[in-house]
Amino acid sequence: MIALAAVAILLPFAAAFVGMLFGPTLSHLLTPIARRVRRTGPGTATGRARVLARRLPANGPALVAVLPVAASTVLTAVIAAVQWQRPSVRMGALTVVRTGGVPIRVSLDVDGTAAVVALLVCCVALAVQIYSVAYMRDDPRYSSYAAFISLFTAAMLLVVLSGDLLVLYAGWEVMGICSYFLIGHYWHDRPTSAAAVKAFLVTRLGDVGFLFGLFVLGMAARSFDIRTVLGHVPAMPHATVLAGTLLLLCGVVGKSAQFPLHTWLPDAMAGPAPVSALIHAATMVAAGVYVIARLYPAFLFAPGSLAVLGVIAAVSMLGAALAALAQDDLKLVLAYSTISQLAYMAGGLAVGARDGALFHLLSHGAFKALLFLGAGAVIVAVGSTYMSAMGGLRHTMPVTFWSMTIGFAALAGYPPASGFFSKDAILAQAWRATRPGGAHTDYGWAPGDASGHVSGHASGVAAGVVREQVPAVPGWTGWLVLVVGLLTAAVTAAYATRAWLVTFLGERRSPAEARDATALMRWPVAALAVPALVLGFLGLGSDHLRPEFGMSVVSLLFALAGGGGVFLVWNRDPAIDPVRLLGSARPLLRDGFRVDEVYSALVVRPVLAVARLVLRFDTRVVDGAVVSTGRGARRLGGLLRMTENGNPQAYVSGVLAGVVIIVLAVVVLT
Amino acid sequence: MILAAMLAVPFLGALLTLLAPSGSAPRQILLARLHGLFFSGVTLALALVAAVAFDYGRRGPQLGVDRAWAPSIGLRFHLGVDGIALPLVVLTAALTFLCMIYTARVLPAADETAHETGGGSARALVGLILLLEVGLLGTFVSLDLVLFFVFFEVVLIPMYFVIARWGGSPGSRARARAAANKFILYTLLGSGFLLVGILLIAVHAHTLDLPALAARHGAGLSHGVQVAAFALVAIGFAVKAPLWPLHSWLPDAHTEAPTVGSVLLAGVLLKMGTYGLVRIAVPVAPEGARALAPWLGLLAVAGIVYGGLVCLAQRDLKRMIAYSSIGHMGFVLLGIATLTPVGLNAALFGNVAHGLITGLLFFLAGAVRERYGTVDLDELGGGMLAKAPYLASILTFASVASLGLPGLAGFWGELLALLGAYQPHAGLPRATYITFMAVGGLGALLTAAYFLRMLARITHGPVAERWLRTRFADVRTYELLAWTPLITATLFIGLWPKTLLTLTDGAVRALLGGR
Repeated sequence: MIALAAVAILLPFAAAFVGMLFGPTLSHLLTPIARRVRRTGPGTATGRARVLARRLPANGPALVAVLPVAASTVLTAVIAAVQWQRPSVRMGALTVVRTGGVPIRVSLDVDGTAAVVALLVCCVALAVQIYSVAYMRDDPRYSSYAAFISLFTAAMLLVVLSGDLLVLYAGWEVMGICSYFLIGHYWHDRPTSAAAVKAFLVTRLGDVGFLFGLFVLGMAARSFDIRTVLGHVPAMPHATVLAGTLLLLCGVVGKSAQFPLHTWLPDAMAGPAPVSALIHAATMVAAGVYVIARLYPAFLFAPGSLAVLGVIAAVSMLGAALAALAQDDLKLVLAYSTISQLAYMAGGLAVGARDGALFHLLSHGAFKALLFLGAGAVIVAVGSTYMSAMGGLRHTMPVTFWSMTIGFAALAGYPPASGFFSKDAILAQAWRATRPGGAHTDYGWAPGDASGHVSGHASGVAAGVVREQVPAVPGWTGWLVLVVGLLTAAVTAAYATRAWLVTFLGERRSPAEARDATALMRWPVAALAVPALVLGFLGLGSDHLRPEFGMSVVSLLFALAGGGGVFLVWNRDPAIDPVRLLGSARPLLRDGFRVDEVYSALVVRPVLAVARLVLRFDTRVVDGAVVSTGRGARRLGGLLRMTENGNPQAYVSGVLAGVVIIVLAVVVLT
Repeated sequence: MILAAMLAVPFLGALLTLLAPSGSAPRQILLARLHGLFFSGVTLALALVAAVAFDYGRRGPQLGVDRAWAPSIGLRFHLGVDGIALPLVVLTAALTFLCMIYTARVLPAADETAHETGGGSARALVGLILLLEVGLLGTFVSLDLVLFFVFFEVVLIPMYFVIARWGGSPGSRARARAAANKFILYTLLGSGFLLVGILLIAVHAHTLDLPALAARHGAGLSHGVQVAAFALVAIGFAVKAPLWPLHSWLPDAHTEAPTVGSVLLAGVLLKMGTYGLVRIAVPVAPEGARALAPWLGLLAVAGIVYGGLVCLAQRDLKRMIAYSSIGHMGFVLLGIATLTPVGLNAALFGNVAHGLITGLLFFLAGAVRERYGTVDLDELGGGMLAKAPYLASILTFASVASLGLPGLAGFWGELLALLGAYQPHAGLPRATYITFMAVGGLGALLTAAYFLRMLARITHGPVAERWLRTRFADVRTYELLAWTPLITATLFIGLWPKTLLTLTDGAVRALLGGR
């Protein structure tokens, strides 16, 4: 089992190296073979063979990219199936690295959550790799592009499956650099390059805090093994847990693009559309949420951290949804929507809806990847990312239209699409959290099973007291998440409906004949529509994920109000974008509340100014001191040299003067 | 005996360059190159044999030679390697050999005022590099205080001539000579402190033998002597490392030195300082270390942030890499300042990683200068990924490794240094060190910022107007030969840090007197 998981991680990892180094060479090797098959095709028989021959790709990088991740998908599916049949925690350590202090255990740890998230990652990665074969067909750097996606997949799987906090951190950072390279794929464009740098630096800022959070928890437990750490949490001082979890939140806020470190995500849309689908929608940004879920027991012991998370989530949720409403760029709508949806998950975690948040993570992963890939197809067909250039694509791009309709319905939270169920699970838990005594989490964690292999003291203490000691989530957090969540549901429905209407219905605005994309791009989109539609029904099997009637009706009413309002405005005159409703607030919202300008003024420019100052200080003062010491020494030498001028008269005068002084001194002193 | 042979071979090679073969200048140059390749190759082979013969289960120094040298004053010719020295020995031998491969093709232009023919110049450069290697290897394997000091000083002279005679560009020899002067005077000043410190230890401890001194863990030296000895020795090593604010010789020396000079300077020379702290200062005067470590940590962290800020405003690629060394060595020094096994392991790991990565970066800067004729970021413009994709990709790799990406060598040293600072030695003020850790973490962010800024400026964007017509080759075979081992090693110890950590951990515990 652990071996399977290790192979699932190592396959894309190896694929990244092979693809990067030998991808193009492989194409050269394959081309003659493909040609031979093609030549013999007509002679041997059927048109079927000929079709196969024509399709047989002499595309080395594509083979290296797709086949390993396909194998990983199969492996994670097997793991998930086994977990489904016989749920248990499976662990295995490859090796232990001695550091001189707390050792690093290179280990994997598979439980139900990890298995299902790993499966999601592989499925989306597979869809994206297949889609990219067509999307990036004419790109000269496809080889490195595909290799970075493979590397990213391996890193994300490592984050999901790792049993050790520092190994998790390694995967976490590698994802960051892959994101940098992939956003910067079109590096010849200066703004794209800047967006890549910004994405890396902003997330890295959060990661500094994240690493320190890992230190705090790990050193308190004297181990970086996740389960050992969680087993020790009940025995740790409250301040330690609070500090550790708050520091972890820094990294989560950066990676999951939550306020105030969300500004990199809209810029990251400069990367190719499939990259946005994989990294900036379905997986990497969800890693933050996943890590909180993975370390949830620690957060349960720090309600202060959960309250902070709730506030961050509320701000991000509504702010990003409003910003999404005002965008004209289809990918930016989806980017802000991602921030907002991730905030739902974060909000869910804040009110104790761990399973609800993970449920939303899965359904969002499916429908947002679908929306991004569909958007990529639309952008390729229309030749622009602006919705003002789209419209009326319903008839010419039917597959994309129907798939994206499901995606938008899931985003807006209309039943029976998946988003309705998963969002409802979070809101229902928020409602429970507002009631006194109802604040217990949906997460059935007992320290006994979490710290199963922790021997002795800590787990014994934990098992005895934990049920009573888990502090409750503050009631106001529940109210905050509930109210803001409902408002956001309305705004979400509004922008989803608007994007859908403006892109696919109404009058055709694109001059070119826009068609559905090729099969390689069509099928992944259509395939993702299936989970986007039906994933929600899985929740019916679980007690705390099943929709509650009252909350479902309320949230649906909000969603219908938002979506219906936009539809009514649009219906009056389909030629006009309903966004004009926003009026004078639109520029502010479109610029994402101008947070970027604030950062530029408060952080970027001051740091650069200080850097220039320090450089001048280094040249003038630090080095200046050294140089002037040298000069001073020479000048002193110059002064002394005047006495050694080689003139005998001067020397004799000196000797005489000395004699006189000595004689005088002797006379005076005696 | 293998260690003595490892020192004798390059020394013999250096001596043999004094013999002038007959023949035309091109033939002489060829012979000089082959000479260098042969002797550094044999030395590398001996270093690798030492690594194979090394007993990884033992903690103390091994493969030793211990002969009387000057019995009247108790000097001994005492050599040996342990887990601390072995990685640096192999690194030194490997980097020197790679430099020889590189020099075999790109011979830096000699000072035009020199009287020798081209052949003489090539021979002189090869001889000096071999002599440099003797000094470097000797520093890492000597176990006698005075012997250590002798080798420590031997390094200075060849490096001075390498910078002064082959440095800079033909138009700016004066600047190269000034840089060489600053280098030798500054480091000699440091050596003065070091020598006084060593004598202070010798007088009070009545021995010069390092293993014996380390085994005592400071017993027999009074508190005052320990503090004074640590301060003196640490100042000597701090100039070499370099510790902020004693760094200002480094940017000039690096910028003006020829590529091979910069590579060896950054790759190995700086490590002599941090190695000396771990080998001599901390184990011999532990009480002094405990008294002064917070100051060391403070200056180290200041160096991290200061180096990062200077790099952010820097316009010259070579200077930027030089200042980045100050930041990276800051992490190494912070690790030492924690006085914990984690911290010292971090320091030794960081040493090796920095040697590999910064060595590679200086090779790349040399390649850029050779092609573009400049290393000014503004003049380089952008679009190197379009102009020379392989060169730009390797530069990207090296930069990403340098900014501390997990999975590459640079990460573990920084991670463990910060981890050490989170829980320093019990006798040190913890709150102070946690502040150091936080500031160091932000310094790591600055490192990322300036490397990515540099990459964005020169590798991204459209090709600058002025370079559109210039044609030059992408990475050449001999360059790939010299660089691939560095890239492979960076990946290997990054992905499998266990090899190096297991090696150093035992030795560090033995030094600190732990379990």
